[in-house]
Amino acid sequence: MKGILINYEFCTGCHSCEVACKKHLELPAGEFGIKLSETGPFEYAGKTGADHWEWTYLPVMTKACDMCEDRTAKGKLPMCVQHCQAWCMYYGEVEDLAKKMDGSSRCALFTR
Amino acid sequence: MEFKNDLGKPWKYEEDGLTVVRTSMWSPPGCHPVGCGLKIYVNDEGVIDHVEGDENNPITKGRLCARCLALKDYVYNPSRVIYPMKRDPKDRGLSDKWERITWDEAFAIVKEKRDYFRDTYGAESIAVFSGTGRSGGILVSDMAQAVLGTPNACYTQSGYACYQPRSMSCSHVLGAYYPEMDYAGGLEGTYDNPAFQVPGVMVMWGKMPLASNGDGFFGHAVIDLMKRGAKLISVDPRVNWLSTRSVVHLRVRPGTDTAMAMAWLWVIINEDLYDHDFVEKWTYGFDEFAARINDPVMGMTPEKAAEICEVPVEDIYKAARLYATAKPASIAWGLAFDQNQNGNQAAHCVLALMAITGNIDVPGGQIVAEIDPAPGVADEPATGEKQEFNLDKADAGADDNAAEDAARPTRRIGWDSLPEELRDKTIGYKEYPLYVDNIRNAQADMMFDALTKGEPYRIRMGWIQSTTLLAPTCCAQPHGWYEGLKNLEFCMATDVFITPAIEAACDLFLPLASCAEKDDVVMTHYGGSPVFYGAVNKAVDVGEVKADMDLIIELGEYLGQECLQDEDGGRMFKDLEDFLTQRRTSGPIKMDFDSLRKKVGYQRGVNYRKYESGKLRPDRHPGFLTPTGRVELWSTAYANYGEDPLPYYQEPAFSPHVDPELAAKYPYILTTGARNYASFHAEHRQIPVLRELHPDPLIEINPADAAEIGVADGQWVEIANDFGRAKFKAKVSPIVKKGTVQADHGWWFPEMPADDEARDEVIPVGEILEDGPLEFEVNGTHIQNGYVKSDHADEKGLYGLWRSNVNDLVSNHYNSKLGYGGPYKCNCCSITPLQESYDTDMGLVEEMFKVDSAKKEW
Repeated sequence: MKGILINYEFCTGCHSCEVACKKHLELPAGEFGIKLSETGPFEYAGKTGADHWEWTYLPVMTKACDMCEDRTAKGKLPMCVQHCQAWCMYYGEVEDLAKKMDGSSRCALFTR
Repeated sequence: MEFKNDLGKPWKYEEDGLTVVRTSMWSPPGCHPVGCGLKIYVNDEGVIDHVEGDENNPITKGRLCARCLALKDYVYNPSRVIYPMKRDPKDRGLSDKWERITWDEAFAIVKEKRDYFRDTYGAESIAVFSGTGRSGGILVSDMAQAVLGTPNACYTQSGYACYQPRSMSCSHVLGAYYPEMDYAGGLEGTYDNPAFQVPGVMVMWGKMPLASNGDGFFGHAVIDLMKRGAKLISVDPRVNWLSTRSVVHLRVRPGTDTAMAMAWLWVIINEDLYDHDFVEKWTYGFDEFAARINDPVMGMTPEKAAEICEVPVEDIYKAARLYATAKPASIAWGLAFDQNQNGNQAAHCVLALMAITGNIDVPGGQIVAEIDPAPGVADEPATGEKQEFNLDKADAGADDNAAEDAARPTRRIGWDSLPEELRDKTIGYKEYPLYVDNIRNAQADMMFDALTKGEPYRIRMGWIQSTTLLAPTCCAQPHGWYEGLKNLEFCMATDVFITPAIEAACDLFLPLASCAEKDDVVMTHYGGSPVFYGAVNKAVDVGEVKADMDLIIELGEYLGQECLQDEDGGRMFKDLEDFLTQRRTSGPIKMDFDSLRKKVGYQRGVNYRKYESGKLRPDRHPGFLTPTGRVELWSTAYANYGEDPLPYYQEPAFSPHVDPELAAKYPYILTTGARNYASFHAEHRQIPVLRELHPDPLIEINPADAAEIGVADGQWVEIANDFGRAKFKAKVSPIVKKGTVQADHGWWFPEMPADDEARDEVIPVGEILEDGPLEFEVNGTHIQNGYVKSDHADEKGLYGLWRSNVNDLVSNHYNSKLGYGGPYKCNCCSITPLQESYDTDMGLVEEMFKVDSAKKEW
């Protein structure tokens, strides 16, 4: 089974995945194949430095997403993965992707 | 799984019935000159099918931001104008009165007008107005001085408060062009190149490069380096994504950066954390500089800075020690240095920080531009070995603009062609000679006075190019600029869309080619500190558009400008390709444009420690390009031009501590200019897929303030001060401190009515302003700022220009002694909740601006 792994520790919320997808699927305003979710920003009491703030973006795949079947059939990456500016998205077999989830960073694995 | 990418493909190839053109993106739409790699897929009708990122680009490697992904919607936008048009001046402000004409007629109109105003009032009565991020922006001096023959090129932002204050400080303090943080952009293999070193610490100071890619620095390189272990320090009033990943975040009060930088210097000097070898060999005036930092009155202890900047003192010590002891360490410094009356001093301090910690021109530190040798000087390859420093040799040849001219040597043909008495008439030359000498532009605030007061003389003909002007990214008090433009007897514009300024005040519209329709060259840092040269490769034809450079060549010839002729009276630049070869590629990268076109992108290579090898100077002597040949911690140029040669802190003019009465009236610190991913300043508002990401102009308000004012998240408010007012939608968020608000800039609403409701009202020059509170003398001229008498803030016309125009709250003339900087980021305002909603109707935006994919001809 194919999946998309997101190392969301590094997702900057740049919207490239959203727009790349929307242009590919030709979706109108209000519809998305992949959509950023935003958690925070809020502060944790008693913590300092980089642990003090929570501000997390995580793109979520919608029902419109077919993981770019037409592209991957030709050996191309899904549009969102190819254009991710933070290079925090990976496409492949879920077993291979799961191996990347080694506890060193916050990750989420999506399937259809 | 094996993925096929397009690595190694030629600049143009066929795939699945489409022609793919590989290119490096730059302008229009405006952007910073990163030169991101783009593949434009063109169908057999010559129309763009779609775009993708190009994996071959050595820096972006296939990644792309939302704005380029939406390029097709920009190129084929239904509101784009692709033919020349004229309009009777009596019909200004009426959108249905434009009439299509030919280029021949357009050129004839320009010649008739140019000749008339030059012969009747003098060439100085003509001005060319420019903005940021368009490739035409760096050509404004050519357009004014070489093509029209007027000295008055003008970037219209108060105090040129974007990049130029920093780069001027670099020229004069550092003697090298802009020191950018090293992200290995010029090295083959980038981060994996053995010559590169990952910095221990990266400081984001008044800069959020992820959204801005400021000055051509690819912002997401910061993420790449974080993954490779670099730590972050942030100096920024606001919380941003990077600051939440920083080991220290100094949330300074807006406008107090100089105090913070002086405090870092205090720690580094007094705790002996500086690089003695570099200071001894390569800096000038260290003892005087250290004495200033330690001076009981003018100096700055961390304790004093903590009070001024309103941050914990221990964080200042921690940040300064981290920066000084991480080897290497880099600083990405941004617009906050420019949008501040005290910014020249902040820049001076940050340059001193880079220098005395030994981070100038070292791997993973700050890299500076390599400069071409002077004619007849041998360009010995840098050996990397240290050469003996000879101050006598180094002393020769550095004039006041040496670093900038050396970095961008061909930019002065127009200026040099003007007679001295005409150059002396440049607006603001008498008052701010260093500003005008440095960039060969009229000083912006003085130009505002010329337009609104007619002092020292009236401007009668204008050319608006590379700027929306009134929907400002740039100009302060746009109401005043608007009234001034309406008084012009003739005004022309080059652009892609009819902007509010063009609708309000222009009589001739010349359609501009986008980056998909022309050849060009993109150079990081606008050619100042280039690590990368990219070919912008033409992919399609659209209408009758021309590139800015075509206009310089063709219009210059039509107007008979001798400075654009070769020895035989022919064209100096035969065509666009020849222009690019002569002006962009033949010197620094020693190839013609066609060679670069085929490479698409070219990494220049980086020689580090160029101050040892002579590659910072055209005479190839070691050292920096300053009068002393060293980094001038005590600045000779500042002293010569009447500025303090050492840094000092100056409280922001609109600070709550300066005028308690004003603070009671306008209790919030107003900062503006933050970027988002959906737009480049005032551009992209008519692209539905981007507008949806950020549909409304926002103001960020701290939850505690929102509760006090009685504003809910998403509610509209009006902000105001003595200079103007504007409406924004509240985003209640802890990312701004209590007492500080951040408002979007550059807003207009292309879906709102075009016609100017005030088209019949013209306030004559001289009566546009009433006297404001600021008065001073500079080089014998009495300066007074003013309040603009008109107020259109509640009108809907001109595409909603006045509704959310934050720059209407920014006054002109709050500049440094040298004429730089403005209070864009350290202003004040009141906040009034509104009952009405002005939320954008995305349905309307999509209906009006959706690309008609059935249309076959462009």
